[in-house]
Amino acid sequence: MNQYLMIQSKSPWESREVGHFYALARELRQSGGEVTFFLVQNGVMAARTGANDPGLDQLLGAKVKVLADDFSLRERAIDPESIKNGVSPSPIDQVVDLLAGGAKALFC
Amino acid sequence: MATITIGIMDPPYESANTPTAFRLVDAALRKGHNVNVFCYEGATALGYAGQKQHPNAVHGASVEEEDHPNPKDWVKELFLLAAEKNVKLIWCNCGLCVDERGVENQVEGACRGSPVDAWKYSEGSDGVLMIGTE
Repeated sequence: MNQYLMIQSKSPWESREVGHFYALARELRQSGGEVTFFLVQNGVMAARTGANDPGLDQLLGAKVKVLADDFSLRERAIDPESIKNGVSPSPIDQVVDLLAGGAKALFC
Repeated sequence: MATITIGIMDPPYESANTPTAFRLVDAALRKGHNVNVFCYEGATALGYAGQKQHPNAVHGASVEEEDHPNPKDWVKELFLLAAEKNVKLIWCNCGLCVDERGVENQVEGACRGSPVDAWKYSEGSDGVLMIGTE
């Protein structure tokens, strides 16, 4: 099974690219890939409970592993306990592990 | 031990992509991986040795009080970390991009190359991440 690492650095409200990136993640998963979606920088803003981002909500229902960079959460004073179900706080080491393991990586 | 290649394009002082890239390189070295960094376009100024700290007149802070971080010092620290971990760090700048910006004076250890080198690094790596600019 192909492994994909998709790193999203933008919030969905600052760039329309984000919607396409979500869609690509869903399609890679639907085609049998193992997809890890890593939110970093302003990307973590969408992970807040109550954030109105249907794209991320669809991703969470699509068997895509969604992680949120713990450093980016701290920078933005987002309590890891207050993020959406299905999003896991994660150190950036997870990205390194996936790269070292040969995952195909994209950064948006 | 794996080899990871990371491409950076953003110039210093402008984008949150820069600290993210530095954090990734740092984390990879700490885990004992070899890392190739290829700096393209504005990112070639990250290792420019002529960067200077400055005071902050708005806050009335002196150079020492402000202690403004310069990415050239982060590059130096990454080379020290690689040596400490006994792993290899290549910090390669696109030569044409360096010449365009007049940032030839780089911190010790940075080298000069071309996109061909970026391709070779990628071919020889377990994982590749290109962080494009906006």
